Amino acid sequence: MIIKQVSVFLENKSGRLNEVTQILGDSGINISAFTIADTSDFGILRLIVSNPDKACEILKQNRFSVKTTDVVLAKTSNQPGSLSKLLKILSEGGSFIEYMYAFSMEQDSATIVIRPASIQKCVEILQNHKNDFLFHEGDFLL
Amino acid sequence: MIWNEKIECASRDEMAAIQSERLITTVKRIYHNIPSYRAKMQEKGILPGDIKSVENLKDLPFTNKTDLRDNYPFGMFTVPMSEIVRLHASSGTTGKPTVVGYTRNDLQMWAEVVTRSLCMAGIHKNDIVQVAYGYGLFTGGLGLHYGTENLGATVIPISGGNTKKQIQLMQDFGSTAIACTPSYALYLAEAMQEIGVDPESLKLRVGIFGAEPWSENMRKEIEAKLKIKAIDIYGLSEIVGPGVSCECVHQKGMHVNEDHFIPEIIDPETLQPVDPGVIGELVFSTITKEGIPIIRYRTRDLTRLIYDTCKCGRTLVRMEKCMGRSDDMLIIRGVNVFPSQIESVLLEMSETEPHYLLIVEREGTLDILKLMVEVQEQFFSDEIKELEALRKKIRNNIQSTLGISVDVKLVEPKTIERTAGKAKRVIDNRKI
Repeated sequence: MIIKQVSVFLENKSGRLNEVTQILGDSGINISAFTIADTSDFGILRLIVSNPDKACEILKQNRFSVKTTDVVLAKTSNQPGSLSKLLKILSEGGSFIEYMYAFSMEQDSATIVIRPASIQKCVEILQNHKNDFLFHEGDFLL
Repeated sequence: MIWNEKIECASRDEMAAIQSERLITTVKRIYHNIPSYRAKMQEKGILPGDIKSVENLKDLPFTNKTDLRDNYPFGMFTVPMSEIVRLHASSGTTGKPTVVGYTRNDLQMWAEVVTRSLCMAGIHKNDIVQVAYGYGLFTGGLGLHYGTENLGATVIPISGGNTKKQIQLMQDFGSTAIACTPSYALYLAEAMQEIGVDPESLKLRVGIFGAEPWSENMRKEIEAKLKIKAIDIYGLSEIVGPGVSCECVHQKGMHVNEDHFIPEIIDPETLQPVDPGVIGELVFSTITKEGIPIIRYRTRDLTRLIYDTCKCGRTLVRMEKCMGRSDDMLIIRGVNVFPSQIESVLLEMSETEPHYLLIVEREGTLDILKLMVEVQEQFFSDEIKELEALRKKIRNNIQSTLGISVDVKLVEPKTIERTAGKAKRVIDNRKI
C-alpha cells in the first residue's frame, strides 16, 4: 500500500528533534516509525504517523520545513531471508530505491517502508508477486 | 631616496597650481567625451569654463562604481580604442566587471607612481623584488612589475600562489623585497615555519602589502614573523591600481601621488567636504589619465587626510590606513564582494528566497566566506541528494558570478533574523 510519510528538515542543533516530537505528542499524533538521514549541517527526519496531514499542518504552523512524501509499505514475514527476497524481486524488476527503513509491530511480521524512484513501478512489481508475500489488509495503523 | 623630489616635496601652493591646471584640462576632456558625465554637469548647471582652479573641485558631480557598470565595458573611455594599449578589470557589483583602459602615457604615469611608492618603502635599484600579487586582469601584479622595472630594480614576476616555490626563490635568488597581500605574507611566514626555513636566513627586508584591509596589529605580526618592514600600499583599479598612495619608511600614513590623483574627504551622508583631519569617505579625481579619467570617484573607503610635511621630507598629503567602508563591500582574499551580489544570485534561482546571512571568518590566515540560506517550502526536498545538489548549485552560481568560493549552509526557515529596517546580512568575525 501507499501512504504519506512526513519529512522534516532539521538543522543540526541540540533539542530540535525533541521539539518535533513534543509538538506531535501534544497534538495527540502517534509516531509508528521514524528515521533520520544526516549530513554535517542538517538532517531530514522521516516519520510514519497516525495523521500525516494534521502532523504536517501543525509542524508548518511551528515554522518547520515539512513535506509529505508518498512511500510504499510492504509487509514481510519476520524471519531470516525475507528482506533479501523482497529486495531481489525489486531489483530484478528494475525498481530503484532512494531509501528505506523498517519496523515491526507484530511478532510474526515486519513492515518495510520504501521510497522508490518510481512509486508506480514498485507497486506494480509487488502486485505481480503478491502471492509471495503476506500483504497487510485493511487500515495500516490500527 | 625620493624619486621625484620636485613633485614629492613641492610646496602646497606649487601643488595646488599643478592640480588646478591639470584638473581644468581633465574636466574639459570628460565633458566633451563622456555623455553621462556631461549630463550630470549640465544638471548641476556647471560648464567646463566654471572650473578655474582646484577650489572648484567640490562643485563637480560625483562618479560612482555604478557609472562604470552602466557604461560597461568601454563607455567611460575618452580616447578611441586604438589609443588603448592595455585593459584591466575588477569584480563589479552585479557580475559584470569594472573595466579600465590605459593609454601608453597612462602606463608610463602608473609606472612612475609605483616607482615613487617603492622608493617611499626604501627600495632602490639594487633590490630584488618578488612580485607575488596575481598577474592578469587584477592590477596588483603588473602594476608592481612595471614600477619595479622603471626603478631599475630586479623583478621576479612569480605571481600569486605556489608557496613552496616562493620560498625557494627567496632563498636561491636572494629576494630583498616582496609585494603581495598582507594575508598572503602571513601565510608565507607560516609555510616557512612548517618547512623549517628561518626568515633570518633570508635577505628579505621589506614587504609592500595592499589590496585588502589590514590593521596595525597585523603589521606587527608580519614584521615579527618575517623580520621585515611592512609597508602599506593603496590603490584601486578605477583610479590606476596600486600606487595611488604608499607609506614611507616612517609608516605614518600613505603619501598620495596627488599631482595625478586629488584626494578629498566627504561626509558620506551629506556628501559635503569635511574639515581637514576629519574622518570621512575618500574621493579621488584623476587629473592626468587619458584612457579613463574619473572625477570625484567615491571609493567608499573611510579615512582622513594629513597635510603636514612628513619626517621623510615629502609634502605629499598623507591618508591614514582605511578604517572601514561607507558601503557594505567586503574584501575576501583580495576579491571585492557586495552582499547585493549574493542576493541577486539567490534571486535568479527559482528555488531560493533571498533570505541569507554571510559570515566571514579568518581561519589561520585565510578568509572563509560562509553563506547561510533558509530552506523554504518550495525547495525543501525529502531527499538528501536533492538538498546537496541545491547547495552545490548555489555554491557554483556564486563562484561563477563572484569568482569566490563560498561555504553554503542550508538552515531552517525563519531562523535568519528579520529586521524592520536594513537587514543585517553580514557578520564579519575577522580580526584584522
